[in-house]
Amino acid sequence: MTPVPESHYLIFSLILFSAGIFGALTRRNALGVLIALELMLNAVALNFVIFSRTAPEGSASGQVSAFFIIALAAAGAAAGLAIVLAVYRSRKSIQTDDTNLLKW
Amino acid sequence: METLFIQIKTLLVNAAALVLPPWGVTLSSMIISALAILGLGPLIMMYLTLMERKVLARMQNRIGPNRAGPWGLLQPLADGIKMLTKEDIRPSAADPLLYFLAPILIAVPALMVFAVIPFGKGMTAADLNVGVLYFVALSSTTTLVIFMASWGSRNKYSVLGGMRSVSQMISYEVTLVISVVPILMAAGSLSTQTIVESQSGRWYAATPWGLLSCMIFFICGLAECNRSPFDLPEAESEIVAGYHTEYSGMRFALFYMAEFMNVFSICALTVTLFLGGWQGPLLPSWLWFLIKTYLLIFIVFWFRGTLPRLRADHLMGLAWKFLLPLAVMNIPAAAMSHFLSEPFSTAVPLAILMVSVAVLSFFNKGYAAEKRVYHFTD
Amino acid sequence: MLELIAVKGIYILMVFAAAAAFASSLLPNLFHGALALAAVLLAVAGLYLSLGAEFLAMVQILVYVGAVMTLVIYAVMLTGRLEETVTPSGRIQRAAAGVSCAIFFVLVCGVLLSTNWPAAPGGNPLPSVKDLGIDLMKRHVFPFEVLGILLFAVLIGALAAARREKS
Repeated sequence: MTPVPESHYLIFSLILFSAGIFGALTRRNALGVLIALELMLNAVALNFVIFSRTAPEGSASGQVSAFFIIALAAAGAAAGLAIVLAVYRSRKSIQTDDTNLLKW
Repeated sequence: METLFIQIKTLLVNAAALVLPPWGVTLSSMIISALAILGLGPLIMMYLTLMERKVLARMQNRIGPNRAGPWGLLQPLADGIKMLTKEDIRPSAADPLLYFLAPILIAVPALMVFAVIPFGKGMTAADLNVGVLYFVALSSTTTLVIFMASWGSRNKYSVLGGMRSVSQMISYEVTLVISVVPILMAAGSLSTQTIVESQSGRWYAATPWGLLSCMIFFICGLAECNRSPFDLPEAESEIVAGYHTEYSGMRFALFYMAEFMNVFSICALTVTLFLGGWQGPLLPSWLWFLIKTYLLIFIVFWFRGTLPRLRADHLMGLAWKFLLPLAVMNIPAAAMSHFLSEPFSTAVPLAILMVSVAVLSFFNKGYAAEKRVYHFTD
Repeated sequence: MLELIAVKGIYILMVFAAAAAFASSLLPNLFHGALALAAVLLAVAGLYLSLGAEFLAMVQILVYVGAVMTLVIYAVMLTGRLEETVTPSGRIQRAAAGVSCAIFFVLVCGVLLSTNWPAAPGGNPLPSVKDLGIDLMKRHVFPFEVLGILLFAVLIGALAAARREKS
């Protein structure tokens, strides 16, 4: 059982996800895209926690899955930032339009 | 005496029950606890500033503040009035929202962590079953606020201080969390109240792994609240005052307050986790807790009076090359003591830890400059 | 009555988080965007609390707000300048992205509301921290180990990528 109806939580996390997609599509800065991705990942983690309260046999597994997502997001952020810094060093810009070569 | 504060609270709640419906009583009980903490934070901070000045003064052969009131007891009030009446300066290039929000937001986590500190038997404002994690999580949000303050003031010294502060806090945060793990393993709980109760026989600091854990936690805690010898972010001789260079008056006072409340809460948590919390004979539990905490705070001030500031590379080296591996080795050592019987349960962890300290110090041996030989010209 | 206050609190938290989420995608200044994301993450931690996932809420604050966001903002400060660096995307691109997001939202919303989600009768019991640990070490031990290897690989990879080339 959830304190407010399940569907309200789900719609809320959908809003987060859509905002994330919008950011990922419109941002021109690589870090902006990363921020939008984190937002989307978090919406997914929230969904896992919501279903852990209601879905059959969900109790601990849902929370553990959300835990995995948080760890993956941390890994993604670390790797992404290292790449961003490397790109910034070689191209002096982190605009996604400027990084159009697969070599440097 | 033992239950003085609990009785006061019960009295207030009962008084509230006369006029309020049942749900209001539950709410008022929470509000009373919250108000107590809200009042306690600034009070603690005010007298810690006085204590620091007095202690430092004695260590430097001075007397310290002695004009306002007997033994300078009214000095904090005088300081407060001065801070309040000072002109509020805002750099014209500052980012208004961040600049104004940062001092307020920095005091919030510093106050909120007080909720899980067990000040005495049954005197935890909110006995969460993830109490220790709550503490670590909330204090980790301080880094964001420091970023806001440093970036919002648009000052190169602020940005430098903010960068230093954050790199330091991230490094020491990792070690801080890992150093608590043995205690959580031994107590089998994350609740601060349960951890204190599990130390009724023996303090965790009285075991070899617990002592090491305690020292690592305390050192990392000092680094977390930017206290000397880890005060590089506020190094006044290098970068003016770090991230709060541009703040004056009441805003500066809030940063100052957050720092002192963090010192208090780190010392209080060290007492809770390792030094038996409120446990002690004869005296009431809350008095024991305060005595232990203030002893640790005295040690913090002592450090400030004694140790010179670390160099930036030494600071990082200490965290990543020495404390972190040691904290990791401490976990199997604690596990050993759990599974072995008496003579071995102390001896084996002790042996493991001594070997790891020796190995780590060997690999961390710094470069010793060759002794210079001076020749006189003939 | 207390439940009513709590329910209202949850809705306020949701509205706040949704506003902050849009702010994090829309604000031209990246630093503000990152801070808005931190606000979203804190609000979602609050929602985790409302769903009884205390441990996860704390992990979210510790890992996301304390570590990931700090890293992101650190990178924003390293790569940006103290002055504003605003490079808005094209108007057509924005409009197209907005329309496709709206379509996505409406479609998924329809699916969400029309699906009959399977529900355990009476809801699930709240797992304690101990249950989570046991689940992590028993049922999900393989993903857990894989995650450990992944984090290790990321650690080495990030070091290798961010390292300054020796000239």
